[in-house]
Amino acid sequence: MAETLTHIGKTEPRPSGWQGIAADWSSDQRAFKNVSWGKAMMWIFLLSDTFIFGCFLLSYMTARMSTRVPWPNPSEVFALRIGGSDIPLILIAIMTFVLISSSGTMAMAANFGYRRDRRKTAILMLLTAALGATFVGMQAFEWTKLITEGVRPWGNPWGAAQFGSSFFMITGFHGTHVTIGVIFLIIVARKVWRGDFDTGRRGFFTSRTGRYENVEIMGLYWHFVDLVWVFIFAFFYLW
Amino acid sequence: MAEATANGLGQHALHAGHAHEAPAAVAHADQHQEHPIKLYLVVWAWLFILSTCSYLVDYFGLQGYLRWSLILIFMILKAGLIVAVFMHMAWERLALAYAIILPPILVLVFTTMMVFEADYTLFTRLAFFGSGH
Repeated sequence: MAETLTHIGKTEPRPSGWQGIAADWSSDQRAFKNVSWGKAMMWIFLLSDTFIFGCFLLSYMTARMSTRVPWPNPSEVFALRIGGSDIPLILIAIMTFVLISSSGTMAMAANFGYRRDRRKTAILMLLTAALGATFVGMQAFEWTKLITEGVRPWGNPWGAAQFGSSFFMITGFHGTHVTIGVIFLIIVARKVWRGDFDTGRRGFFTSRTGRYENVEIMGLYWHFVDLVWVFIFAFFYLW
Repeated sequence: MAEATANGLGQHALHAGHAHEAPAAVAHADQHQEHPIKLYLVVWAWLFILSTCSYLVDYFGLQGYLRWSLILIFMILKAGLIVAVFMHMAWERLALAYAIILPPILVLVFTTMMVFEADYTLFTRLAFFGSGH
């Protein structure tokens, strides 16, 4: 299915399936055959980030399971009053749709990048960044609302004190990831717009030339942020 | 959803499925992850549908095991779609896919340990502090 890239650039056929896994890992060579180092490293970083968020959600689970005080009902805590009636969790639902949409535009940006459509790629990446910024803005609104209602890391008006610390820790780290993603999206979008990947212009920090695969690698990070939100949405807001 | 992924997966899955046919299929290695835009739009639509479903679980106030199982099902389906299609894991070589996807499953072992730990903490709190504050 895939080919081995040897150091002299010669390609050889590789076995696939379980045999392929054993053969790929057991030999003195590149383990990830047709995957560039940039993409492999991004995946490995995302794997480590998975454990970070996994530990946050685990600590939240442990706190929630071990407290004698009832846990505040997220459905009511995150309700918004629209048109005279409380709609449960509506802001979080909108945030979810915004983030999913940004993932969709990012996937399409990576696609147009490989088609060398600089204009569409850059516009879709900037749209992704705008949706990400919208998400962070809504999160800031949510934080403000909860803080004015008296939620603190050490207590809140509705129940278990650990609610506040879990909430600020988990959504804060996720929001930081989104913010960093927005910044990186703008940087890569600028490179695409300027045609850096066509002209072979070298990066400011790395002094290396980039390729359109950079857009896909950027996309991996962005989809991961969306992925983490799927788990936070399920475990923190819906559970 | 099966249709959505099947379109793009078809020819690749065919190669991956038969190890003994590998030499015949070596013709092109997929260096670039280029798939039809329609595939992304279909997955996008499914993510919207699944998110709406999980929101409705809360909206209609379902409780107990029905609530938890529905939340988990929608969560896993969404996560699977994002990783498989948006992050292109469905088309990567298995060596990479397993290296990335298997380790997080070990978190479940940690989860089991912390469930016992949390139960024990709750037990001691109830035993020594009673049901008051």
